[in-house]
Amino acid sequence: MFRNLTLTILMVMSLMVVSAWAKNVSITGAGATFPYPIYSKWFSEFQKIHPDAQIDYQSIGSGGGIRQFAEGTIDFGATDAPMTDEQNAKVSALHIPTVMGAVVVTYNLKGVATGLKLTGSIVADIFLGKITKWNDPKILEINPGLKLPDLAIMVAHRSDGSGTTGIFTDYLVKVSASWKEKVGHGTAVNWPAGLGGKGNEGVTGLVKQTPGSIGYVELIYAENNKLPYATIKNKAGIFVDPSMKSVSAAAAASLKTMPEDFRISITDAESKDAYPISGFTYLLVHPKMEGAKGKTLVKFLEWAISDGQKYAEELFYAPLPKEMIGKVEKSIKSIQVK
Amino acid sequence: MRREIYRFDRYFYFFLKGVAICLPLLLIGIGGFLLNASLPSIHQFGFDFLGTKIWDPARDNYGILAFVFGTLISSLIAILIAAPLSIFTALFLTEVASRRLQKSASFIIEMLAAIPSVVYGLWGIYVLAPFLRVYVEPFLGKTLGFLPLFQGPSYGVGMLAAGIILSIMIIPTITAVTKEVFLSIPNSYREAAMALGATRWEVIKMAVIKTGSAGILGAVILGLGRALGETMAVTMVIGNRSDISISLFAPGQSMSSVIANEYSEATSSLHISALLEIGLVLFLITFFINSLARVFVWRASLRGSTR
Amino acid sequence: MSSLSEQMEHTFRLRNLKSYCMLAMIVLAFVVSALPLFAVFAHIIKLGFSALNFDFFTKLPAPVGESGGGLANALLGTAILVGIASVIGIPWGVSIGIYLSEYGKSKTASVVRFCVDMLVSIPSIVVGLFIYELIVIPMKGFSANAGGVALSILMIPTIARTTEEILKLIPAHVREAGLGLGIPRWKVTLFIIVRGSLMPISTGVILAISRVAGETAPLLFTALSSRFWFDGFNKPIASLSVQIFNYAISPFEDWQSQAWGGALLLVLFVFVVNLSVRILLLRTNTSKGKQI
Repeated sequence: MFRNLTLTILMVMSLMVVSAWAKNVSITGAGATFPYPIYSKWFSEFQKIHPDAQIDYQSIGSGGGIRQFAEGTIDFGATDAPMTDEQNAKVSALHIPTVMGAVVVTYNLKGVATGLKLTGSIVADIFLGKITKWNDPKILEINPGLKLPDLAIMVAHRSDGSGTTGIFTDYLVKVSASWKEKVGHGTAVNWPAGLGGKGNEGVTGLVKQTPGSIGYVELIYAENNKLPYATIKNKAGIFVDPSMKSVSAAAAASLKTMPEDFRISITDAESKDAYPISGFTYLLVHPKMEGAKGKTLVKFLEWAISDGQKYAEELFYAPLPKEMIGKVEKSIKSIQVK
Repeated sequence: MRREIYRFDRYFYFFLKGVAICLPLLLIGIGGFLLNASLPSIHQFGFDFLGTKIWDPARDNYGILAFVFGTLISSLIAILIAAPLSIFTALFLTEVASRRLQKSASFIIEMLAAIPSVVYGLWGIYVLAPFLRVYVEPFLGKTLGFLPLFQGPSYGVGMLAAGIILSIMIIPTITAVTKEVFLSIPNSYREAAMALGATRWEVIKMAVIKTGSAGILGAVILGLGRALGETMAVTMVIGNRSDISISLFAPGQSMSSVIANEYSEATSSLHISALLEIGLVLFLITFFINSLARVFVWRASLRGSTR
Repeated sequence: MSSLSEQMEHTFRLRNLKSYCMLAMIVLAFVVSALPLFAVFAHIIKLGFSALNFDFFTKLPAPVGESGGGLANALLGTAILVGIASVIGIPWGVSIGIYLSEYGKSKTASVVRFCVDMLVSIPSIVVGLFIYELIVIPMKGFSANAGGVALSILMIPTIARTTEEILKLIPAHVREAGLGLGIPRWKVTLFIIVRGSLMPISTGVILAISRVAGETAPLLFTALSSRFWFDGFNKPIASLSVQIFNYAISPFEDWQSQAWGGALLLVLFVFVVNLSVRILLLRTNTSKGKQI
């Protein structure tokens, strides 16, 4: 019996040696779930061009990306909420924006497959637990055409530290005074109502499974799962659908004030075409890197902001504004590889 | 010459002892590490940490009352369901079933313990939660809705789902220990009761349950200990919401599930420290509960062995 | 004047009725307790079987949104993690078991025994926290090693306990006979006591292995996960249980179906191991019975 066991162990080990022999540059990254679909696509496309570049990405949440990057347990991080100065003090990470996306308010309501309209303050009230029924007068008022049932609203939010939450709460703070006072913004907040799901995946799963639910996820998660999402009233007073165009419009409005390190919020943007809950998503990399890992990562970043951008649209993300790309390139060039 | 042969004996002994002593060191290491890592949070919050229910990472303010509540209530539901079922199942195995049936029946119950937690979680999300949401919770709401326990919208996932999953997971633990306790009761007790003209149930009640009561209590406490520390299945069905609600339909959050959800992603050092302090509290609670269970089971088995 | 006997007859009937009712309850309780097992089995087979195709066993997971792909790396990953855990946990656990049964009367031994009991029931997530701080952060990375060590900590107490219980069953006269022949104690212990119980000890070990193979919580912070094949002991590694967790909470139907497939494999593995161990033990027991 023991002999068999040892034999199996030996076999497994020899297998490991063989597989480790094939010299790959393996890079580990982790973080935001928001851009996971496009990163996953990028890494597999990039490997087709550079077969030895094995980049693994685990979607554990933006909070996780920031934390594990700061702890040094991963080679690069990813987040949708830029690091705060305090978080960045120790590691001084470079923020490389990769794409933009929209956080949509998705829902599961029989008979209302499309066309739900919401305003920022209503969304805030729902997530505060103040509006608890779908046929609340405030919702009925702006949705005269819809038959909204007398059904309890089940709120779904993130249970992990999340950049999607960062973007969403950043928006709610801007549009609702009571949200600002009671909850505030951040990658993880003290939710006054609802169920928690892990990752964009988890929230989508919850919404999909629970009739009467409402949640906030990255656009592609709603699209992929054929979940409807609401149009949101922007700062100019117009109800806007989340799309590549409306996200780009939000970014365009912020180009003038773009800081050198790209850490900017584009929620509740001024433009009349802008979707109000939009955001950049970033990769976090060290300004100084070593050896093959560094070279491969820089190569990847350059590819991502140029050739990689064409994959954005089919996955419902918005590519970086053309005006920005030069700046980002410069930032990538500033990475020192020894 | 004689000593030469036996010298190796001492090395052997010291080797074994050395290896064995690593274990207490490991336990102390884990406890010490948790204590050390949670010091910032202990300094900051003191005993309020245990007594407040605000868990607000955005403002770096932490209290774990809601999680303690979630852990206790879900475990309590589990015990309420599992304890009577397990005790009766143990009776079935030791007193009612024929020897042949007993073997396969025990195997079935043991298999319940062998199924991994994550599989129970998967089953909980896709089978149990929808079942609760569509059938059980509306029914309970209609019939027992006057009790605050059964009010509110039915989500499926929540305290009740977590309690039920936990009860399935601890049935084998309680059953196995109770079974051992019953088996250790000498047959003469049963024969004495029978000789008094007792019916079969009376024999069981007088000779088996009464005699084994300390052991049964120990088994239940052991089951409680297992329920308190369970992570994956609970995280998957409890709803992950840090609040205290009387309704069993409401979502909650347990101590272990909050660690699983937030630990690898907490960014502020106080947040990390607070999560580690939850680990410390969990460690201490399970330590205490299991010591307690040990005392009871040990007493029961002592009585059994003095036949 | 039959009132007394009539009354007795009456109460006797009542008592008998109550007895039958309670016995029925006892049988019912068993049926209810066993029901979840069949429910879980039925659903896993129904939902998981369709996911088990050739790709499942041979391919890497597909990128998000693309269908197909498999869990081959996770299967291998679990095997490797369990392998690392076994290399550490089996010798260590068995040694502690030997110590407790052969030198188990001292105070140190009772302290160790207490710690074994406490470690058996320590929440596995706490072990994950510990290993994260102890190995992952200092070594600057999630790794197969960290995951394996975490699993080994869960394995040691189980193995130590079963080994102790098994060795204690060997009657004292066997030891005395050996020692009486002038054989050194370590030889008696290793070559008579342990060797004689190799079979039951290894079944205990195998049961411990099957238990840690499904552990998830301690791997979340230690082994993390990976989309690729095993790539070295200091690299993150995929495992079946973590993959089931990640896929279970995902909204993609392909992934959910693969989660069920993975669950089916895991449960089948556990089931087969448990069943075969039981049959093996049964056979050795009966053969021993014949000898005596």
